[in-house]
Amino acid sequence: MGILPEPIEELLNTALVGELTVVDERGRPVTHPLIPMYDGEVIYLTSSILFSKKLEHIKANPKVSLSISDPEAVQVEGFRRVTIQGDATIDDSDLHSGWERKVLPLWRKKEPAIDFFLGKRVALPLFFERGIIELRPRRAFLWEEGRTDRPPQVFEVVGAAR
Amino acid sequence: MISSGEMLGRLEGSYTHAVIAFLDDSGYPVSVATSFAARPERGVVLLDEVAGEQVAPPLDREVNVIFSHIRPQPGQGYDERRYVSLWGTLQRAGGRLELTPRRVQHWDEQEMTFFEFSERGVPQAQRYMAQLSEETGTQVKPKLSFGWLFLRATRLPFLTATAVPVFLGVAIAALRGRFDLWLALLTLLGGACVHLALNVANDVFDTMSGADQANVNPTQFSGGSRVIYYGLLSMRQMVLIMVGFYVAGLGIGVYLAATRGWALLWVGVAGALISIFYTAPPLRLVHRGVGEITVALGFGPIMVLGAFFVQFQRYTFEAFYASLPVAILIALVLYMNEVPDRAGDAAAGKRTLPVRLSKDAVLTGYAVFVGLAYALILAGALTGVTARPVVIALATVPLAIGAYRGLRDSYDSPYALMPTMAKNIQLHLFTGMLLVAGYVIAIIADASLSNPPIFLR
Repeated sequence: MGILPEPIEELLNTALVGELTVVDERGRPVTHPLIPMYDGEVIYLTSSILFSKKLEHIKANPKVSLSISDPEAVQVEGFRRVTIQGDATIDDSDLHSGWERKVLPLWRKKEPAIDFFLGKRVALPLFFERGIIELRPRRAFLWEEGRTDRPPQVFEVVGAAR
Repeated sequence: MISSGEMLGRLEGSYTHAVIAFLDDSGYPVSVATSFAARPERGVVLLDEVAGEQVAPPLDREVNVIFSHIRPQPGQGYDERRYVSLWGTLQRAGGRLELTPRRVQHWDEQEMTFFEFSERGVPQAQRYMAQLSEETGTQVKPKLSFGWLFLRATRLPFLTATAVPVFLGVAIAALRGRFDLWLALLTLLGGACVHLALNVANDVFDTMSGADQANVNPTQFSGGSRVIYYGLLSMRQMVLIMVGFYVAGLGIGVYLAATRGWALLWVGVAGALISIFYTAPPLRLVHRGVGEITVALGFGPIMVLGAFFVQFQRYTFEAFYASLPVAILIALVLYMNEVPDRAGDAAAGKRTLPVRLSKDAVLTGYAVFVGLAYALILAGALTGVTARPVVIALATVPLAIGAYRGLRDSYDSPYALMPTMAKNIQLHLFTGMLLVAGYVIAIIADASLSNPPIFLR
């Protein structure tokens, strides 16, 4: 049991892709499809330095949101959608292997083929130099049945923004 | 590149829903899914209204609307990655929200491979590492283990191009009565050092000329090692590796010339000059469309005659003739590997044959020269210029046909061409090793039979 309601945690634990929205240097939203990973407290996402604009944006403005919206990318009984707002930090202290220690076990559960690709690190060395995005939720919106034509349930996360 | 109208037209068939992202009053992004309909003829997307005050998209500020798709692959992960991201402001129209996009970003891995998509991100990766280095006060660079880095920097697997002609020269000498294992190993080591030096030099000068940066379609067979461009090794480190291999290779060459005959120096010097000026200024032979001839000379007659001379202490026409098919096939390895590089090479002023020639001319050239290689093998065996059992090398004809068809069918798709490039390298390796095997059969027949039949001589 983590800090988020169970129906939301179930989505986070099964979703193969979510949409992370960050704020760019001109104050505009920019959304990136990424794999969300969750340890009961923090939502982890990871980005190669090849696509690291989002990491720069988060460093400049930590306010982000993450949606899980694609019915094909989640395996749960009774489809639902969620959007989580929160504050993100970047861990890029060890681009080469920091992400392997922190998020690879969670990543592997969703994409077992990652071990195969990691074995071919020599072919794509920069792809495997990666920063970690650590999202601490503040608020979550939940749409049962994925129906956004109905108002969402809103959850304020206890102890957010520590 | 597809037009934005065409892209809007594809949305409904490619995506199940849209996600509208905007900033709320506290500055946090909100992203919310909804249904949509595209109107490409008007250049707009219609989005269904979203209920709830906190999540209702605003009409007074820019929003980002993303359409994203993956196809889950149980037990593996997913594929069919694609997305379209649009920016603009919304207005209410007929009970829906209408977006007229002002800016578009998109990627579909079926239109642009993940490798190319990644390669286009290298300048961003370089910027990020530079910024991080500045923030932390220590140089941040990508890493690979020593073994992988050495393999990548030197392009070690390409050493088959050296092994084949050296083995062939040694085998011809052995059939004609001279064989010294120590000298054969030393010849192989010297040739390998010069070859690895050439590979490293190629990267050094390609980085300097901008060819690596201009090429966004490198494959495991083309586009160089890119270790300098990626920041895995510095230019200085690569220059030191290059000089080290040249010194070792040329040192072995001088030793062999001193001990086996100074006439070896002619092929040695020619090989070293070709190797250096292949990409080095002022000659930059590969930039002038003579790379194939240069490689053919270096990894054909020069290597075969050099290896033969070290054993036999003189040159013969047979060794020269036997080197020609190997020379042609190694030139064709380069020729095909230059096909996916042609846009980057052209941008860097590298006038290789695939840059200069049309697709039809490149294909015709490939077919003609493969045919010539086999004709030389057959003629050599029939006339007895070479050992007759080398005719077994014709067994690779089906491989050659497959390589030609692959080149024809995947000419404009660098990554689809990869299996064909592998096949083309196998064509050189297998044909060359069958030529060597032909000589080994003749050696065994000569040693074990008092009067071997003509087809075994």
